[in-house]
Amino acid sequence: MKQDDKLVLGGKEFTSRFILGSGKYSLSLIEAAVRDAGAEIITLAVRRANTKEHENILDYIPEGITLLPNTSGARNADEAVRIARLARELGCGDFVKVEIMRDSKYLLPDNNETVKATEILAKEGFVVLPYMYPDLYAARDLVNAGASAVMPLASPIGSNKGLATKEFIQILIDEIELPIIVDAGIGRPSQACEAMEMGASAIMANTALATAGDLQLMAGAFKSAIEAGRKAYLAKPGRVLTRGASASDPLTGFLRN
Amino acid sequence: MENSFFVDSEKLSPAALEKKHRLENDPSSRTNHMEYMEGMEVIQSDICEKVMSQVKAYDYSQYTARDVLAALEHETCSIEDFKALLSPAAEPFLERMAQRARIETGKHFGNTVYLFTPLYIANYCENYCVYCGFNCYNDIRRMKLSMEQIDKEMKIIADSGMEEILILTGESRGKSSVEYIGEACKLARKYFRMVGLEIYPVNTDEYRYLHECGADYVTVFQETYNTDKYETLHLMGHKRVWPYRFDAQERALMGGMRGVAFSALLGLSDFRKDALASALHVYFLQRKYPHAEMSLSCPRLRPIINNDKINPLDVHETQLCQVLCAYRIFLPFVGITVSSRESESFRNGIVKIAATKISAGVSTGIGDHESKYSGKESDSAEGDEQFEISDARSFDRMYKDMSEEGLQPVLNDYLYV
Repeated sequence: MKQDDKLVLGGKEFTSRFILGSGKYSLSLIEAAVRDAGAEIITLAVRRANTKEHENILDYIPEGITLLPNTSGARNADEAVRIARLARELGCGDFVKVEIMRDSKYLLPDNNETVKATEILAKEGFVVLPYMYPDLYAARDLVNAGASAVMPLASPIGSNKGLATKEFIQILIDEIELPIIVDAGIGRPSQACEAMEMGASAIMANTALATAGDLQLMAGAFKSAIEAGRKAYLAKPGRVLTRGASASDPLTGFLRN
Repeated sequence: MENSFFVDSEKLSPAALEKKHRLENDPSSRTNHMEYMEGMEVIQSDICEKVMSQVKAYDYSQYTARDVLAALEHETCSIEDFKALLSPAAEPFLERMAQRARIETGKHFGNTVYLFTPLYIANYCENYCVYCGFNCYNDIRRMKLSMEQIDKEMKIIADSGMEEILILTGESRGKSSVEYIGEACKLARKYFRMVGLEIYPVNTDEYRYLHECGADYVTVFQETYNTDKYETLHLMGHKRVWPYRFDAQERALMGGMRGVAFSALLGLSDFRKDALASALHVYFLQRKYPHAEMSLSCPRLRPIINNDKINPLDVHETQLCQVLCAYRIFLPFVGITVSSRESESFRNGIVKIAATKISAGVSTGIGDHESKYSGKESDSAEGDEQFEISDARSFDRMYKDMSEEGLQPVLNDYLYV
C-alpha cells in the first residue's frame, strides 16, 4: 500500500482505518483492538468515563491512542453539547463523536438534532464526527455545519447484520467530500472489507469483536479485512456485471469506417 | 396453598385491633380501590386499557410446545410469542430460552453487570399491605433519618465504592414528605453519579421537583395487576388506589425523569398473568415514550419480621428463570434487576443469562449501614427491615464475584444532563 495513504481527521493523520467502538467495553477488548486490530482511535462513552477511581476506562487507554469521546445518552442537541464540553473538561481532547438518540429500543440516531449539535461544537473548535442515519441531505447539512467526517450506520447498532444501508452509504461516499466512516452493525470482517472496497474511509466496530469467540483472532481478521478492502478500493476494482456475460470479442467489432 | 398474612401485635389497642380485623374480614369496610383519593392527579392515558385487555384475554393453558418453538424461531418476539414463552408449555424448553436470552442480553448489554445499592431513609407507613414488613399494623422499630444521618449513611456507602443509589422510604407522606425526599436527593447527588427513587407514587409536578433535586429514575412496583386480588392485599391507605399506582411511571416520565422501573411482586397472584402485565406495561409505555429508559424487576415474596412463613408459593427458581428469559426475549433492550431477595447462586447464574443489574451491600433496615458495613456496634437507634434478604454479599465481594464469573462490573453508565 502507498505509504502516504492516511486517514486524516481534523488535521491529524492515522495509518489504521479501524476504530474501536465503545458499547461493550472490557480491558481485553481494548488490548486486542490496539494490538491485534491496530486501532489508533478508541471511542469512549463519556457517561461511562464519568466514574470514580474504581474502574475508570480512561486508565486503560494506552499511550499514543486518540480518544474519541461520544455523547451517548444525549437525547437532543443541547445534551450532546453539554456532554462534549464535559469530555473536554475530563481531558479527553477535542475529538468528539456526536450521537443523539431519542429511542431506547433501536438506538437510531436523530439526524436533525445531530446537525444542530455538530454546528455548535464545530464552532467551539471540536473535531466533530457525527453518527447518523445515511441520508444525503443530512450528510450535506453536516458538511455545512463543520463536521470532520460523516459516520453513517450500516445496520442497527449491535445487530452484526452488516451493510443493510449499502446503497445509501454508497451515495454518501460518492457525493460527500469528507471521510465516510461506517459505524454500527458491521458484524463480520467480510462486511468491513466490502464497505472499504466501496470507498469508505474507515470502519468502526465493537460488538463484532466483543461477542466473538476468540477476541484476538477476530481483531486480527478485521485488521486484514479492512486493509484488503482499502487496497482493493485503491486498485480500482474491475467491473461486476449484474446479468449476462461479457463477450471478449466486441459485438460492434464488424463496424468499418 | 395460600400465604397466611394476618398477624396481630399485642401492642395494638382494642380499637385498633377491631379496625384491623374489620378491614381484614369485612370487604364493605374497605374503600373502593379503583377510586382516586383527594389530591391524586388523573392523567389521560390509554396504557392501562391496552395492557389490561391483553391480560384479561390471556389463557396460558392454550399454548403448546409448537407455539413455544415457533416463538423461539422468530427473530422478533411478538406479544403472542411472549405469551407462549410465559406459558407452562414453555417450561421444558427453559434451556433453549436461556440460550436465546443470553444472546439477546449480549447484543444489547455486552458482558457487563451494573451494581447499585438501596438506601432506606424511613420506614414509616400509612398503608396496611398485609405481606409487607413496613405495614402500619406491624410491630417494628420505626425510624426516619435526619439529613445528618442520611449524609452519614451515604458517605459510608459511597466510601465502599458504590456510585449508584436507590433511595427508598415507607409510604407515608406525613412522615416522609416530598420535600424531605427531595432534600435527600440533593445530598445523594454529592456522593453518587446516579440517584433513583422507590417511594410512594406522586403527582407529575412532584416528580418534576424530585427530578430537579437530582433523581432521574423512578421505580414503582404494581405488586399485582389483578385488581380484585390487589384489593384483598392492600386494605388501607393511599396504596390501596390501584389505578393511581398504575399510572405512576407515566407521570414520572411526564415530570422529566429519564427512566422508570416496573414490577409485580411474584407470589401474590397468578404470576404468569402478572409477568405478562408487567412486560406489556413496559412495552406500551416505551412505544409512547420512546426516549425513556425502562427496566423490570422480579421480586418474589419473602418472610418479614413477625411472619416468617411468607413465601412465593408456586414461583420457584425455575419459574422465575422462565419469566426472566421471556422478559429478555420479548424486550431485549430493557434492564433487568435481580433483588437480594434471591440467593447468591441464583443471582450468579441469572446475570449470565438475562439480568443486567444487581444490588450489593444491601440493608433493608434504616440507619444501619455503619454497623453492617464495618461491623462496628452502632451507638444510635436503627429501624427494622422491610423484608429478609437472601444474598448479603458486600460491594467488594460482589465486585470480585462478578469479575470471577467473567462479567465486567459497571458502577456507572450515566450522566445527569
